[in-house]
Amino acid sequence: MKLTFTIQGGDFTNAGHPSSEVKKVLKQLVIDGKTIKNIVIALYEAEVNVVAHAWKGTVTVEIDEKKITMLVEDEGPGIPDIALAMQAGYSTASKKVREMGFGAGMGLPNIKKNTDELFIESEVDKGTKVKMINYF
Amino acid sequence: MKLKEIAAVLNATISCGADKLEEEVEMGYSSDLMSDVLTLDTDNLILITGLVNLQAIRTAEMADIRAIVFVRNKKATEQMIELAGENGLVILESPYSLFKSSGLLFQAGLKPIY
Repeated sequence: MKLTFTIQGGDFTNAGHPSSEVKKVLKQLVIDGKTIKNIVIALYEAEVNVVAHAWKGTVTVEIDEKKITMLVEDEGPGIPDIALAMQAGYSTASKKVREMGFGAGMGLPNIKKNTDELFIESEVDKGTKVKMINYF
Repeated sequence: MKLKEIAAVLNATISCGADKLEEEVEMGYSSDLMSDVLTLDTDNLILITGLVNLQAIRTAEMADIRAIVFVRNKKATEQMIELAGENGLVILESPYSLFKSSGLLFQAGLKPIY
């Protein structure tokens, strides 16, 4: 099964829509509740990152019998130093993003915590690709 | 604590999920920072927050949190109530501050996560 969604940078109203749809699908597949929570939290954090930092992005989700693969690709400023961005508390978020309840530098560390495999590729002024895999 | 007891302690109005007030929650977590809420491993909890926007509802949805108290007399928007309703969430609105709300619930027996 393959699901695709688009995300607009700055659009906090719709942030979370893809995660919400993925959650509904996983519930129908009778996946364990804890596993679903890990998956949707990771995807939601990744979505918020795109809304908070990038211009636009896409979410591609593939589900098979054993795992879910989530690819979040954006066109945006990119991450100059991924190791630094992975540190809890490091943030470049704007005041607006902080007012929305995010931007505390917890997103990428929390994605790491909630996924079985995480791959991040980024090019400055081009964009970022975040690939997350969770096994059922 | 039953959600209806929480509503009574906080002098709260119920803007969504009035049919679920007999449900029990064991713990409470007070935060305006959704990033922190998303790091919690617990789910049988009520979120007490002054952050009143759609992302508070989305955060509760993703984190399997079934009830939210909005404090400082802040009101959920229609769009928030609609999204909360779709996800079976309970929304309470209290006139008290975050500190007072948390203190009253702690005193009434609601447990902290840590």
